Amino acid sequence: MPVFIEQQKYLIDYTLAALFRRKTRNLGLLLVYTLLVFLFASVLLLSQGLRREAAVLLQDAPEVIVQRLVAGRHDLLPAAWLDTLRQIRGVGEARGRLWGYYYDAAVKANYTVMAAPERKLADDRILIGAALARVRQLGIGDGFSLRAASGPPVLFKVAGVLEFSSELLSADLLLLSETSFRTLFQLPPALYTDAVLAVRNPREAAMIAQKTALALPSSRPILRSEILRTYDTVFDWREGITFLCLGSLLLAFLILAWDKAAGLSAEEKREIGILKAIGWETGDILRMKLWEGLLLSLSAFLAGYLLAWWQLFHGGAKLFSPLLKGWAVLYPDFQLTPTVDITQILILLAVTVLPYIVATLIPSWRAAIADPDAAMRG
Amino acid sequence: MIELQWVNKVFNQDQPNECRALREVNLRLERGGIIVFKGPSGSGKTTLLTLIGCLARPTSGRITLDGRLLSNLPERFLTQARRHTFGFVFQQFNLIRGLTVLDNVLLPAYPLGRSYRDLHQAAQQVLEKFGLLAKATNKVEWLSGGEAQRVALARALINDPAIVIADEPTANLDSTLSREVLALLGELATQGRTVLISSHDPLVFESARVNRLIELRDGQIVGDSCFSKDA
Ligand SMILES: Nc1ncnc2c1ncn2[C@@H]1O[C@H](COP(=O)(O)OP(=O)(O)O)[C@@H](O)[C@H]1O
Ligand SMILES: [Mg+2]
Repeated sequence: MPVFIEQQKYLIDYTLAALFRRKTRNLGLLLVYTLLVFLFASVLLLSQGLRREAAVLLQDAPEVIVQRLVAGRHDLLPAAWLDTLRQIRGVGEARGRLWGYYYDAAVKANYTVMAAPERKLADDRILIGAALARVRQLGIGDGFSLRAASGPPVLFKVAGVLEFSSELLSADLLLLSETSFRTLFQLPPALYTDAVLAVRNPREAAMIAQKTALALPSSRPILRSEILRTYDTVFDWREGITFLCLGSLLLAFLILAWDKAAGLSAEEKREIGILKAIGWETGDILRMKLWEGLLLSLSAFLAGYLLAWWQLFHGGAKLFSPLLKGWAVLYPDFQLTPTVDITQILILLAVTVLPYIVATLIPSWRAAIADPDAAMRG
Repeated sequence: MIELQWVNKVFNQDQPNECRALREVNLRLERGGIIVFKGPSGSGKTTLLTLIGCLARPTSGRITLDGRLLSNLPERFLTQARRHTFGFVFQQFNLIRGLTVLDNVLLPAYPLGRSYRDLHQAAQQVLEKFGLLAKATNKVEWLSGGEAQRVALARALINDPAIVIADEPTANLDSTLSREVLALLGELATQGRTVLISSHDPLVFESARVNRLIELRDGQIVGDSCFSKDA
C-alpha cells in the first residue's frame, strides 16, 4: 500500500510538471471548462431553487380558492357566500380574504397588500416582506405611507419584517389590519376579494369544487393542484429552452475535448514512447493521464460550481434571471435560498468531467500500447 | 546471460515496403564486459538492441534472458524486464523537454514507488558522479550535447540495471567527449555491469576497453571477435 501511495505521489508530481510545461494551452482549456461548468451549474441550481421556492409557496396554499366572476371578470365576493360554502359537505372552513396589488411608482413594482386579521395588528401598523424592506430601506419603527383610494396618503408604522423559510413567499407582502385595508381600498364591510376553503379530505377537493360551482353558479373554484401544474409547465418550458442552449454548448466542448485528446501531439506521443521505453507500464501511463485529466477537470468543476453557487445565492443571479424567473417585475430584488443537492452534483460531474477524462485516456492508451522501440529511433 | 536463436525481425511484413532488418541471428552474450555491435548504417544494430532490451518482439525466433524465454512473454513482463534489468541510452538522448535534469533522471524510478528519500539520494549520487549536480535544476533543453549524454546515462542507471544498452553513444559528440563517454561506459563494465553498445564509430570499436566486437551487415552477423577480459 505505501508503495502504491508513493507511486501516485510521483505520478502527480510528474503530471503537475507536465501541465505547467504547456501553461497557455492548459490555462485556456481550464478557463473554457470552468465557464462551461459555471453555466451548466447555474441553470441547474437556479431552476432547482425556483422549484423549491414554488413548492414551499404552494405547500401552505389553500386546497380550494373560490372567486366570483361577473361576466367572466373577477369581482368582489359577498360575505353571504361564506355561509353557503360552509354548508357544502366536506368543507371544514370557509374564510373570506382581502388582498390586492398596490403599484409603487417609486420602485416600479407591485406589492401584495393583504389583510391579516390573525396578526391582530393595530390599524396604523404594517408588516412587510424582506424584499420590500430592502428596496425601500425600511426597518422596524419606520414610517411608510400608502396612497388611499379616498385621496390623501395614509401613514403607517412598520411593526416588523416578515421572516419565512422562502423569500418568494413573503418578498413583496404588506400585511395590515382588516379595517385599514377596507379604508385604504374603500371597500364596503360585507365584501371580500375571494374565499379560501379548508377541505377535510384533500382527495375530495375536486368534488367540492364541482359542488361549489353548482351551489353558486357565478363562482369559480380554483384547485391547488391546478396552480401547481401551471407552475411546472412554465418551469419545464423555460428549462427546455435553457437546456437546448446548454446542450449545444456542451457539444462544442465535447468536440474541443475530443479534438484535443484525439490529436495527441507528436511531442506527447514521443513522450509516452520514452516513458514506456524507460520502464513505465501502459498502466502507469494511463494512471498519469488520469491524474492529468482529474486535476484539470476537477479544478474546473470546483471553480465553475462554486462560482455558479456564489453568483446565484449571493450575487443576485443577474445573469440568468430574465430567462428563468417569471417574477422579475413583481419582485424587485430576490434572493434564492441556498441549497446543495448531491444527486445534482453527481449528474453535473457525469456530464462534464467524465467525457473529458475518457477523451484524454483513449488516445493516450492507444499511444501507450504501441511497442516502445520507436523511442530508439528518435 | 542473453541468448538469441534464429531471430528474425521483419518490418511491414507482406507489404510492398517490407524490410527484413534481422535475418536468422544466433547469438550468446555472457554477463559482464563491453560488447560492441559494429556495422554500417541500416545493418540492423538498433533493431537488434531493441529486441535484446525488450522494447520490441522478434517476428520469429527465441530470445532468452538467464534461461527465461522473453519472446513470448506478455507486455507486463517485458516491462518488468525493461525496468529491472536494462538501462537505455538512446541515440537521440530522448530526454523529456521542459523537465529539469533531476526530474529526467528520476523518471524511470517513478513507477517503482521507492521512498522519496532513497530515490533522491540515489539521484544525487549519480548526478554527482557525472558532474551534473550543479545542473540538477536546469531544464534539459539548455544542456550541451555532452551534458545531455551524461544525463541520459544517469537516467539509465537510476534503477541500478545489470545491463546498459547504448545506441550510437558517440554519434553526436566530438572526439574528446566521445572518449569521456567511453570511459564512463568502461567504468560501468568495471562495476560488473554488462554494456551493449552499437556504433559505427572507429573510436568506439577500436577502443582497448572493448571485450567483444560483433559485426553486422544486412541484418546478419558477419564477424565476432573476443578480446581478453582484462584488456
Ligand atoms: N519501424 C521501422 N519500419 C520499417 N523499417 C524499419 C523500421 N525500423 C528500422 N527499419 C529498417 O530496418 C533496417 C535496420 O535498421 P536499424 O536497425 O535502425 O539499423 P542501424 O541501427 O544499424 O542503422 C533499416 O533498413 C531500416 O530502414
Ligand atoms: Mg541505429
